[in-house]
Amino acid sequence: MASITFREVEGSSPKYWMLFGFLGLFVLFGALAWNSMHHHGHVITGMNNQIVWGLPHVFAVFLIVAASGALNVASIASVFNKPMYKPLAPLSAILALALMLGGLLVLVLDLGRSDRLIVAMTHFNFKSMFTWNVFLYSGFFALVGAYLWTMLDRSVKTYSKAAGTAAFIWRLTLTTGTGSLFGFLIARELYGSSMLAPMFIIMSFAYGLAIYLMVLAAAYAWTGRPLGDAVMLRLKTLLAVFIAAVLYFVVVYHMTLLYFASRQDAVAFILRDGGMITTLFWVGQILIGSVVPLVILLTALGKQRMWIMVACALIIVGGIVQMYVTIIGAQAFPLDMFPGMIEKSSFFDGQIHHYSPSMPELFLGLGGVAIALLVTTFAVKVLRLLPASLDDATVAKLEH
Amino acid sequence: MNEPKPMSDNAPVSPERRRFIGAATATAAGLTLVPGVMLIEVAHGRPDDQAASSAVRWGMLVDANQCATGCDDCVTACSTENGWTPVAESTHPTQAPQWIRKLELQDPLTQMETNLPMMCQHCAEPPCVDVCPTGASFKRADGIVLVNRHTCIGCRYCMMACPYKARSLVHESLNDTQKADVPRGIGCVESCTFCVQKVDRGDGTTACVEACTAAGHNALVFGDMNDPESEISKRLRELPTKQVRADLNLNLGVRYHGI
Repeated sequence: MASITFREVEGSSPKYWMLFGFLGLFVLFGALAWNSMHHHGHVITGMNNQIVWGLPHVFAVFLIVAASGALNVASIASVFNKPMYKPLAPLSAILALALMLGGLLVLVLDLGRSDRLIVAMTHFNFKSMFTWNVFLYSGFFALVGAYLWTMLDRSVKTYSKAAGTAAFIWRLTLTTGTGSLFGFLIARELYGSSMLAPMFIIMSFAYGLAIYLMVLAAAYAWTGRPLGDAVMLRLKTLLAVFIAAVLYFVVVYHMTLLYFASRQDAVAFILRDGGMITTLFWVGQILIGSVVPLVILLTALGKQRMWIMVACALIIVGGIVQMYVTIIGAQAFPLDMFPGMIEKSSFFDGQIHHYSPSMPELFLGLGGVAIALLVTTFAVKVLRLLPASLDDATVAKLEH
Repeated sequence: MNEPKPMSDNAPVSPERRRFIGAATATAAGLTLVPGVMLIEVAHGRPDDQAASSAVRWGMLVDANQCATGCDDCVTACSTENGWTPVAESTHPTQAPQWIRKLELQDPLTQMETNLPMMCQHCAEPPCVDVCPTGASFKRADGIVLVNRHTCIGCRYCMMACPYKARSLVHESLNDTQKADVPRGIGCVESCTFCVQKVDRGDGTTACVEACTAAGHNALVFGDMNDPESEISKRLRELPTKQVRADLNLNLGVRYHGI
């Protein structure tokens, strides 16, 4: 097998520092958003006692799900022994760590008492899916960190497959945990389903790979390193398979709910009666996030780098919209305490709940995205994560 | 000049005086002891260093047939007792905490209307306690479901899990309506406590029940559901009651008649 030269990006050009500064600015905005939310309380957000999880959760859960998906390329290389993917693995691991960091920061900074993070790290209730997730997240950092170490340090290279396999199993468990945050809720008709765990896993494959491809292409384009079509075309086909699988799960999930008379109204709210939520579902999640990317990736358009990037961007936008529909949509539909009765109260029982995201929430979420990209940008400068060349000839040698 | 009586003078004290002293002593002793005895036997008050007992299960009966349309005395009493601002006075009604609310139900087919108060149902199997990551949401041995104000991190997972929408997040800094024995705080989640401060004081009732009784509706009864002789147990034996979302099998501490 031919060897690959990994090299840090130089990172001294004005363009690099402009990117760094641009991302830093959004991190700063995120910090300011958190500061005002912490100072004034959640009263300055669009969240209320009806929509208790808002835009920060949309971003946080998206980033956490995407983080485990971003690790896939590395898993394919070491767990499934595909040498072509080996040079792609270090970026995959660092991106996974960076996205996880961004997502977790948004999650904890949106707490009503974010100053009590230490309480969450020292008091545990093992019946809570949230507690399980605390361990799954920290374990993810440890395992993926160790895995990355085996990739970068030749002296521990022999442990790479073991570390990669452990990280792979862990990331599947982690996304099961993320999906189960919702799947284990009995109160709401749209949750309380074991379908959510595998659906989140397949979504993570798609979102993580879409982000990976965009970061990879951007890194190579901006550093002037060659990136051949062989890599991109193979990964874009994989992406199409993931998106098709996401669609399959979305259909089965909704069909299952539709079959239960007690859940029909809630599903109808998402699919037909929900106004903005319904539009977001059909236009954002299904059309922009799945159908259009599938068409691009599976037709002649998908052979062009530019169009692959468009498809990836649409999948990312569709993924954020999907999280919005999953998290906000399920809360917007009122709890059905007295089935068949019309309910009215000062606490908005029986009404569709409205939610208008506020600026602090948006910037807190974007701050998480910026942190993830900033960490990645910095890591490729200080660590040897990117192969000097990924042109077709270099990649072809790996497979023989 | 009056000479002092010698100490050895054994002239008899008058019998009236002796009886008076005896009666006064007995009365004083009685006045000292009786409240303590009453407190223990009648109202189940308990000292601070004694843990809540699982021999007791506090519960509430709501008779929806007696619950008057338009009356929200229970809500007002709760807000006064526990120091939360009534939603009508709040500048942010969708974010204002509501520990108890009046729910109006109507059957669209028969047009029948029902009124009832809705609050924390004090489940024996509370989903909020299951999902709480830090264990801040907890159930006392006597069945009261509470939030520990010191370990609640404001994650709101309990609010996602509660089938009764019983919980509220405190969205903004609290004003000076706070009560000394009802700890609250910005960024924490809260809900009906069955007036735990009153229960522990030995009042044996809650503010909402007192208000409902005072208004003459008598729609609410509070008491120990484990004590077969308590009023609530007697009424529950006689009246057919239902649990809200009984399908979830959470074994609720609040039972409704007339729904």
